[in-house]
Amino acid sequence: MAQPLLSVSGVETYYGKIVALRGVDVEVNPGEIVTLIGANGAGKSTLMMTICGSPQARTGRILYDGTDITRMPTHEIMRLGIAQSPEGRRIFPRMTVLENLQMGAQLVAPEHFDSDLKRIYELFPRLKERASQRGGTLSGGEQQMLAIARALMGRPKLLLLDEPSLGLAPLIVKQIFEVIRELNKSEGLTVFLVEQNAFHALKLAHRAYVMVNGRITMSGTGAELLKRPEVRAAYLEGGAH
Amino acid sequence: MASDTTVPSASEMKPAGAQALREARSDAGGPPVKRYTLRDTLIDAVGAALLTGVLGFFFLALRTEIAPGGLDITTRWVLWFTAVAIVFVGRLLLNLFVFRTERPITRRLRRSSGGKVAVRPGWVSRAIAIALFAIAAFLPFLIMAIFPGQQRQLIDLSILILTYVMLGWGLNIVVGLAGLLDLGYVAFYAVGAYSFALLSTHFEFIGFWTALPLAGMLAAFWGLALGFPVLRLRGDYLAIVTLAFGEIIRVVLLNWYEVTGGPNGISGVPKPTFFGYEFTRGEDGASALLGLEYSTIHRFIYLYYIIFLLALLTNFVTMRLRKLPVGRAWEALREDEIACRSLGINTTNTKLTAFSIGAMFGGFAGSFFATRQGFISPESFTFLESAIILAIVVLGGLGSQIGVVVASVVMIGGIELLRNVGFLGNLLPGFDPVQYRMLIFGLAMVAIMVWKPRGLVTTRTPSAVLKEQKKIGADMVSQGEGH
Repeated sequence: MAQPLLSVSGVETYYGKIVALRGVDVEVNPGEIVTLIGANGAGKSTLMMTICGSPQARTGRILYDGTDITRMPTHEIMRLGIAQSPEGRRIFPRMTVLENLQMGAQLVAPEHFDSDLKRIYELFPRLKERASQRGGTLSGGEQQMLAIARALMGRPKLLLLDEPSLGLAPLIVKQIFEVIRELNKSEGLTVFLVEQNAFHALKLAHRAYVMVNGRITMSGTGAELLKRPEVRAAYLEGGAH
Repeated sequence: MASDTTVPSASEMKPAGAQALREARSDAGGPPVKRYTLRDTLIDAVGAALLTGVLGFFFLALRTEIAPGGLDITTRWVLWFTAVAIVFVGRLLLNLFVFRTERPITRRLRRSSGGKVAVRPGWVSRAIAIALFAIAAFLPFLIMAIFPGQQRQLIDLSILILTYVMLGWGLNIVVGLAGLLDLGYVAFYAVGAYSFALLSTHFEFIGFWTALPLAGMLAAFWGLALGFPVLRLRGDYLAIVTLAFGEIIRVVLLNWYEVTGGPNGISGVPKPTFFGYEFTRGEDGASALLGLEYSTIHRFIYLYYIIFLLALLTNFVTMRLRKLPVGRAWEALREDEIACRSLGINTTNTKLTAFSIGAMFGGFAGSFFATRQGFISPESFTFLESAIILAIVVLGGLGSQIGVVVASVVMIGGIELLRNVGFLGNLLPGFDPVQYRMLIFGLAMVAIMVWKPRGLVTTRTPSAVLKEQKKIGADMVSQGEGH
């Protein structure tokens, strides 16, 4: 296979003296949806943030598109074509939906803006209705759509999604995952998805990793992992809906 | 949801919901709304007055004084009666408008001012804006026409207010837009003032207009110099460091005797010239140049227009910057720093630009201050100044340009106004309201914050719009979110 778009090798991350990641290896190939599942505190979000350079990895290497981004500051990493929809959505609550989307397009040449906005509104018609409303007045699902839409406005090659299903109704989760699948299929967008909602994430993903206590313990295709009894026992029993 | 259903704007939804709730409650037989007659109201007020009369009889009406041969009782019926009358009228008014009415005036006040934005046709607000601007533009002449006796003091007060408007607008970039709490803004004001004073006293050829850009640049430079080490700090920590910086500048000015003159300050700062002509008596003065008979007021009018233009420049630059990526990045930074970084914004540079541009306007205002006073000393740049400027920004509503103007007029004008309320002392003997000026003022500030916790002007106009401009009430987002 071609060179992976993102390759994380032997990454260890510490919060002070506390180790959060103990030698993680993850690869994301162009055009793939890769998901990382795991329990609370396993280090999923830490890995996501380490990729973004905050905190930086103490050892190991992160390559993106052939560039070593391990020691780069966050804003420079994000300028290479990586976009992130952070955990907890983190939209700008007092700015309007449109302004939020403009913030996402900060680094993109202005001539793309109108066509990109139109495409986003097609993907998320709800955002068009709410364009002049404050971000903070949106419902949770709409805020999540806005967070993803804002990330997409940056025309990324790699989209990092940190728990997009957090606190959302199953129906909305389904809608959002549908949009991700659609983006991947029609535009070849590469997606790296961190999720607690293992069932949906595994169904969506081409490949998946399972993280326990800062280590990758299993990997395989989404369908494979869905069948594995230990995965079912740990993450799916009672959680499938 | 079908895309053609009209979504009621959030501001419409809330009162309608509250209305429905109220109706539902009265339908469900909740606490019945009692209808009060005028008679009940009057009886209640009379009762309150009687109570005051009884309670106050021994405290107010009678007074014992030590007299030769024992105690002497003096009566103070006027005082007693005044107290009773005040309670009666006050209770009556409160009953009529607040306590015993179905539509309390407090609720109406709240509705008209906060929360929901009054739907006003666009041309009305534009007409009001133009009228206010015209008043500001011709204020010196209006003052001369209406108050010929006090023109000097009033124009001077207007200049002072405008200086604070400009400082408030400058600080608004840092605190209101970028959300960086700066308690040492007066340091940049001081840098601007001393830059101009030192440059003009050491170099003959430097006047106000040549020093102005230099003072702004120096202040901006100090903004950068302070910003580099401290801007990785956030919130409270940043506030403490900026506070310390403000004090450091003041202490340096106080102790660096050879350069700054220490506590003696610098005097003889030149007045601004009008195309090279000074406002002096005689043939070569600016008044003579303009074909006017010399009057000292001309210089004040000229100063007024200088600060008016400087303040307009500040506002214009801020409004333009808000529409540019850097200005929007400031606002985004205030909302969520982590999200900003995840969008590829260099947060350090963004903060530094906010800090140094804010400092630059502080420097402009400082050199204006120096030229207006003709004398500067470290005493003018104490922490109290920073606090007042910050209070103007916060009371006006963080990020609101017009709010800063309103707050400056209220605060600076208010302090001055309270100097002239000596006549109130006649009502209550032994009470001199002028002595309690700052206390009254502080209470007023507390009252404003209780009444409008997010400042006087809380709406934020989006900098990007699809079709129509629509203001959004601040109450739609919970207080303190995004910090």
